[in-house]
Order: sequence, then C-alpha cells, then structure tokens
Amino acid sequence: MADIVLNKSRADQVEVAIETADTYLTRFANSEIHQNTGEHTTEVVVRSVFGQRVGVASTTSFDREAVEATVKRAEDIAKLQPENPGFPGLPGPAEYEAVDGYSEETATCSPERRAAAVGEICRLAVKEGLVASGSFSTAAHETMVVNSRGLLAEVLFTRANLLTVVMSGTGSGYAERFSVCVDDIDPRQVAEEAVEGCLADADPGDIEPGEYEAIFEEYAVADMIQMLSYMGFGALAFQEGRSFMSGNIGQKITGTNITIWDDGLDPAGVPLPFDTEGVPKQKVVLIEEGMARGVVYDSYTAAREGKQSTGHAVSPLPSAGPSAVNLFMAGGDSSIEEMIASTKRGIYVKRLHYTNPVHPAKSLLTGMTRDGTFLVENGRIVRPVKNLRFTESILGALSSAELISRETKLLPLYSLGGIRAPAVKVSKFTFTGVTEY
Amino acid sequence: MLDVPELKDALDLAVAKGASYADIRAVRRRRESISVKNGTVEGVSMSEDQGFGVRVLVDGAWGFASSSKLDLDEALRVAGDAVRIARASAGVKQRDVVLAPVKPVTASHVTPCKVDPFEVPVDKKIQLLLDADKLAREDKRVRVSTASMSFFEEEKTFISTEGARIKQKRVESGAGISALAVGQGEVQRRSYPAAFGGDFACAGYEFVEALDLPGHAEQVGREAGDLLEAPQCPSMTTTVILGTNQMALQIHESCGHPSELDRVLGTEASYAGTSFLTPEKRGKFRYGSELVNITADATIPGGLGSFGYDDEGVPAQRTPLVDGGIFANYLTSRETAARFGERSGGTMRADGPHRMPIIRMTNINLEPGDWTLEEMIRDTKEGIFLDTNKSWSIDDKRLNFQFGTEVGYLIKDGAIAGLVKNPTYTGITPEFWGSCDAVAGRGEWHLWGLPNCGKGEPPQAAHVGHGSAPARFRNVRVGVGKW
Repeated sequence: MADIVLNKSRADQVEVAIETADTYLTRFANSEIHQNTGEHTTEVVVRSVFGQRVGVASTTSFDREAVEATVKRAEDIAKLQPENPGFPGLPGPAEYEAVDGYSEETATCSPERRAAAVGEICRLAVKEGLVASGSFSTAAHETMVVNSRGLLAEVLFTRANLLTVVMSGTGSGYAERFSVCVDDIDPRQVAEEAVEGCLADADPGDIEPGEYEAIFEEYAVADMIQMLSYMGFGALAFQEGRSFMSGNIGQKITGTNITIWDDGLDPAGVPLPFDTEGVPKQKVVLIEEGMARGVVYDSYTAAREGKQSTGHAVSPLPSAGPSAVNLFMAGGDSSIEEMIASTKRGIYVKRLHYTNPVHPAKSLLTGMTRDGTFLVENGRIVRPVKNLRFTESILGALSSAELISRETKLLPLYSLGGIRAPAVKVSKFTFTGVTEY
Repeated sequence: MLDVPELKDALDLAVAKGASYADIRAVRRRRESISVKNGTVEGVSMSEDQGFGVRVLVDGAWGFASSSKLDLDEALRVAGDAVRIARASAGVKQRDVVLAPVKPVTASHVTPCKVDPFEVPVDKKIQLLLDADKLAREDKRVRVSTASMSFFEEEKTFISTEGARIKQKRVESGAGISALAVGQGEVQRRSYPAAFGGDFACAGYEFVEALDLPGHAEQVGREAGDLLEAPQCPSMTTTVILGTNQMALQIHESCGHPSELDRVLGTEASYAGTSFLTPEKRGKFRYGSELVNITADATIPGGLGSFGYDDEGVPAQRTPLVDGGIFANYLTSRETAARFGERSGGTMRADGPHRMPIIRMTNINLEPGDWTLEEMIRDTKEGIFLDTNKSWSIDDKRLNFQFGTEVGYLIKDGAIAGLVKNPTYTGITPEFWGSCDAVAGRGEWHLWGLPNCGKGEPPQAAHVGHGSAPARFRNVRVGVGKW
C-alpha cells in the first residue's frame, strides 16, 4: 500500500500513514448487555507536499484505484494553495526504540470472554440489590508511517479497558482498569471496588458549597491532568499565548511536590514509539517540582522555535497542534488512608464529571463530582454528600497539594493514550455549587 | 458501496444463523475541511470513508459488527460475527429486546442543496477565508485569527429483514471565524457566527456565502480586543437575557440530553449519565414556565438535525418535548418506545457505518414567543445579556449546569451599560426554565447547527440543530468562581 502511494506520487515529498484496527466493545446497563459491537476499520492518509504547499486526503479503502485517487486528491489540494512558510518539510528517517505495547491475549479476546467478565460484575451488583452499567473494550491496532525521505515506522499495539458504574436508588460507585494486556484486568476486583463504593454512598446528605480541604482519588486527578494537557501542554497553545505555560517556563506554577511528564516509551503507561508523523517519541518533562519546564512539539511548532519535534504530532495538519498523550504524574509517599486521617474537615472525591475549561490561560476548570462524594471530619469519612460543582484553577489547587499517594493508577487518555496518576490531597479547593443528589 | 443485493445476502445469512431481526446500513461519507490562520493556509483535507454495519437480534439480545472492506465475502463474515456477538450478549440479559412496530417502506430522501460545495473550487474557498482572516486582524490587539469551513456528504442505504429499503443523501456546509486577543495578562476570544467552527446546516455552499464572514470579521477582531480591557463579570444573582447562540447550548444540555429515553432508562449511566426526567414525570412535571415550549423537529428543511428516516427506518417527526412548561415527551427509539407500548419517535442515528444507532437529538427548538430582544432589555432594570458559548458543563442527571460565554453586557435601567469579560452563569435546570419570563419572536429566531454532539461508547458525534430566539430568565447566579 505504501509502495502504491510512493510510486504514484508526483509531489516533492509524500507521506502515507496506514492504520488498521479491530475494536470490540461490550456495553452493559441495568445489569445486562445492551450494546455489543465489533468493527474492522482501515484508513490510508496521504500528505503531499509541493514546496511548502501541503494537501491531505484519506480513504478507508485499500483498493489500488481508491488509494491512487487519494494520492491525486492530496496533490490537487496542495497545488491549489498558497505557500505555507511555516511548514518545515516532512521528517527524515529515524531509529525507534522497541516498546512492548502489544498483547496477543487482548488482540484475540473473544465476545464470550468479555460477556463473562460483564456477567461477573452484574451478578455481584445484583446480589447486593444494585444495578451495574459499564463497558469492556478490547482493541488491536497496526500503524505504519512511511515517507519519501526514507522514514519507515510501524507498530502493533493493543488496549483493554473495563469500567463500571454501580448504582443504588440513591448512590453510586465506580471502578476502572486499563492496560495493554487484558489479562491484567480482574473483573471481580473492578466489581468489588464499585459495589463497595456504591454501598458507602447511600443517601447522600446536604452540603454547603465553599472552600474545603479535598482528597481526590486517582480517577479525579487523572481528569484534572488530562484537562491541563488539553488546555496547555501543547506547543501550539503555548506559542499562541493561550496556555497557562505561556511566559511561565522556569517559573513556579504549582507546589514543589508536583512533577508531571509525558513519556510514550515508558512501559508503565501504554507505550507507542512514534507519533502520527513517524517522529520518535521523547520524554518531555512538563512540570518539575512545581516549575514549568516545557511543552510538547510536532514538526510544525518545533520549526517555529528552531527546535526538534518531540514526537507529539496527532494529525498531519498543523491546525490540530501537538498533544501530550502519555502522561505521568509522580507519586508521593502517602496513602489515601493517611490523607483521610490528616483531614480536619474536607471533601473526598471519587471522580469528576463533565469537566470543561472556563479560562485555559488561568487553568480554570469547572465540573461536577460523581459516583462517591463524602464529607471527611476529624480524620474519618463521616457521610456521603450530594455531588458538588467546582470552579477552580487546577494549578492553584496543585499549589496547595499536601499529600500525594505512593500508589498510582493507569487510566485511558483520549482514544489511544494513557495517564498514570496518584491520589492527591489539597488544602484548599473551591466548590461553587451543589446538585440535588 | 455495497448495494441492496449484497446487503440482503448478509441479512439472509444472519437470519439463517438465528437472528430474529436484522438490519444493515451501507454508508459512504466524504468531508472537506479548510482552515486558515494569521494569513496562512493551515490545512486543506479531504477524507472519504465507506463501510457497512450489521445489527442483529438473537435470542432477544443485540449484536453489531461492521467493516470498511466492501465485498460480499466480508459482508457475510461480518453478519456472522454480529450473530456470534449477539449470542454472547444473550448470556447477560434481564429481558428480551422488543421492537415497536414500524411500517417498512421503500423510500429515498435528499436534503436541500443549491450549490454543491464539493464542486466549488478550493482556491475560491481559500480566498474567502483569507479575506475574512485578514480583516479579523485589523485590530492590533488580535494575536491569532482563524477562519475555517467544512463540508460533509453522506450517502446511506438501509435495509431490514422487515422489508425496509431506504436510500438517503445529505450535504452539510458550515463556516466560522474567530479572533484571539492577548495582552494585559488576559486572553480573550471572539467568534462569528459561533465558536467551535461556526454555524452549520444541511445546505450547500450558498449557506457559507450567506454567512458573509468578511462582513463580520473586523467586528470580531475589535470585540476580542475590547474584551481585554473590559472589567471582570461581577458575581451576583440577577436577570439574564441569553442570545440565540447561547440558548442553543442551554437547550442542548438541559433539555435535549435529558429527554433521551435511553439515558432515562439507564443505558448511558456509565458514561454521560442518566436524567432527572424520570418516567413518572411525563405529562405532569413542571419543567419550565408557561412560556416554555420545546419541540423536537426532524422535519425542518435545512436543519442539521433533519433527515427523512432515522437509522431504524422510522420517518422523521415533530414531537413536543415541553408543552406550556409541562414535560410532555421523550426522544425515543423502537426499543425504548416499546417499553411504554408506543411507536418510535424516530430519533435513532449512528455516527457512520461502524457505530450502532443510539437515540440522538434532532432539531430541539424553543418555540418563539412574542417579545423582541430590544423590548426585553428595555424592560430590564438590572441584568446582563450573555451570548456566544465558550464553556459548558452539567451534572450526570442534567440538573446543575454552568455555562461560560464569550461576551456579557451589563444592563442598567433598560439599556446596555457596558461590556464585561469571562461571564459565567449557573443554575438548576427546572428552576432556571421556570424563571423564564420572556421569549423573543420568530423574527429573531435562528436554527443553529452543531456538528459535534458527543454521546455513547464507542464515542459518536451527532449533527444536531437547535432553534431559539433570545429569552430572559430571572434570579440567575452569574460570575461564578474566584477570578
């Protein structure tokens, strides 16, 4: 397929990215499977370059005729454009580190195995008089990037993700596991965590919004770090001045106990050796001991600053900008139990819901708590409370981080990436509203 | 694209393997996107995708499989895969799926399109965007100007074992501009006609030309710059008048989503959540004031949420959701309607061939009232006018919401009294709609197109519409958070 593109091309430079995926998802609600899907997809994306004019076209067909037509379309688009002086050309050949991001067990996981796992969760929930919902997905991908400068990158990788929300009439609990290998996921453990959380969340009481100490489980912290990445860890937002990192490199932006980085090669995440341009992924330290250190680059944004891409392109078009999709937040030396024990009056948050930036340059985020919000008083959880809305600067909250857990949890980030995050206790967090349940 | 004989062979195989019902959709889609930024063409892309999806009921449970490989052997393999998946589903079920009846039809439907956008030369489209982009940067406080347009075409064939044979084609067009001003420690954005890519409709290139992006570009740049110098929106409880663009998001999040019967019945519980509009509330619950009449209407020509038939072969319909403030109806599918002994409201749609259809909004509209925006402002002693959505969030039962808008204008003694930046407002859905005391009339009513409504796992983006005129709400909390 790549040869067809390279041979057909009349452009100065050409790149072809080929992706095939087999993705299965078993979805359940009301303690039964209600959607169960399998899809086989293919995509060929061609980027043609004449001088500094770039055209991109794609097709889902692997027919020779369709692929050749796609090459022609990309070239026609490129020829009709004015030059883009910022386009640095396609990346050259590179060496790639071998990463272990593929599991045969995940690639061959059957609908019967997914159904059995879901059945186990549903049985445990029903036994306690509860209702289970969730999804279990397994996917195998093959990605190849080839260009006319001699770059050749290819990788097989897999992803498995099981999550459940278990509900009673008044409360709910949550659990999620994510891994390259489906064998790492224990459905019983997932069910037990969610059932236990739901039983603890019975009849949540009233609570006044306001400023509290707050303990966030890994699910909630991962959501916050994901939104930080969306708002400002990419070079495009940084260069345009709309990131909280803009103008702050070398400045202290959180507490000194906060370190966040991106590493697409670390086996503790979900490794991928290269980005959508075929550029090898580099580890990029974003925040180090509270100091803003750097952002991630693709070829386009790197060229603007005379730098090398860090391997964080997510699209052949510059408009998307680079993105940090293999995130890690450093663990600390505490535990959730110690966080609770050290809290005089605070809110314990299982996870967040519908987070959305209010002001990205200020890292101001709003969202709700969900599936387990508790009042902590004098070192112990005293009762479940109704879900709260927050409107808060995430960097501000991380500036008051007092305790960070040793344990971290790997969770999915966007469609194919991952984030490994600890639980965090902060001394100040502003809850601005409350809902009715 | 696979045609009816191959599709029927796949369905026959599903039935032979044990399916009591099956349908198949063959879909071909193409998209063209063009964006310019700061005088440079950032990207022009064309994508085309094809595929088919087979949905089967076996032993009372669903299975679905799809492929982008287009030949008969693959269609038969995928049909067999769907049956196997359904059989696995049947091992974890509480009840058999029952479908409400629908009359199978042989039909075709095409959305209105005067000028095929894919036939308009790319360089002409680029020039229009460059013209607008340049004007947006006339104000020197603007650091980043962007202009974009995108076009979408979908051809779809649906057949079912009940005998439906439906072909549909839709063409969508949309465009928008925005200006980002940076300075004085602030970052502010202004957009036209809406943020996040602009406005969209089932229409041809004539829709983009009618938006007149260059004619609005200078104002967009100037307003972004002015926002840098505007005071912060004060924190207060006051009267809020929402412009039509912000009304679209308000309707979307606080009425459209909670009216989806699949959410109400719990099938989105683990992802986006459930709904406060539980079944016992239907026909009784006061959702809003008497002025609030909200309708789901898939039949409006040109609406982004319009179509001929949904992805279960049910004809497009117009259904009142809120009638005189009382919650009246849900958005339904064949499966969910059957639970209440009713017929489907025709709102099942899938995001392409590889997704199973789920209940989606159509065009969810606040019906016009008899005020004008000018009258509302004149009639307001103290308040704020908010428009152009910037951020949105709502809880998992769709009660507690918070929105941010690009602009806010304070109102004092019946007149606009000044621009404020970073406005936000928050509330509880029925309290908020209950405080609605004025809705503007048909002359200021606009049907917005939103091409990116997310729902479901795996994620699906639906193209939906929201019509509204400006409306007024009392005792709303604005200026949320510490700034």
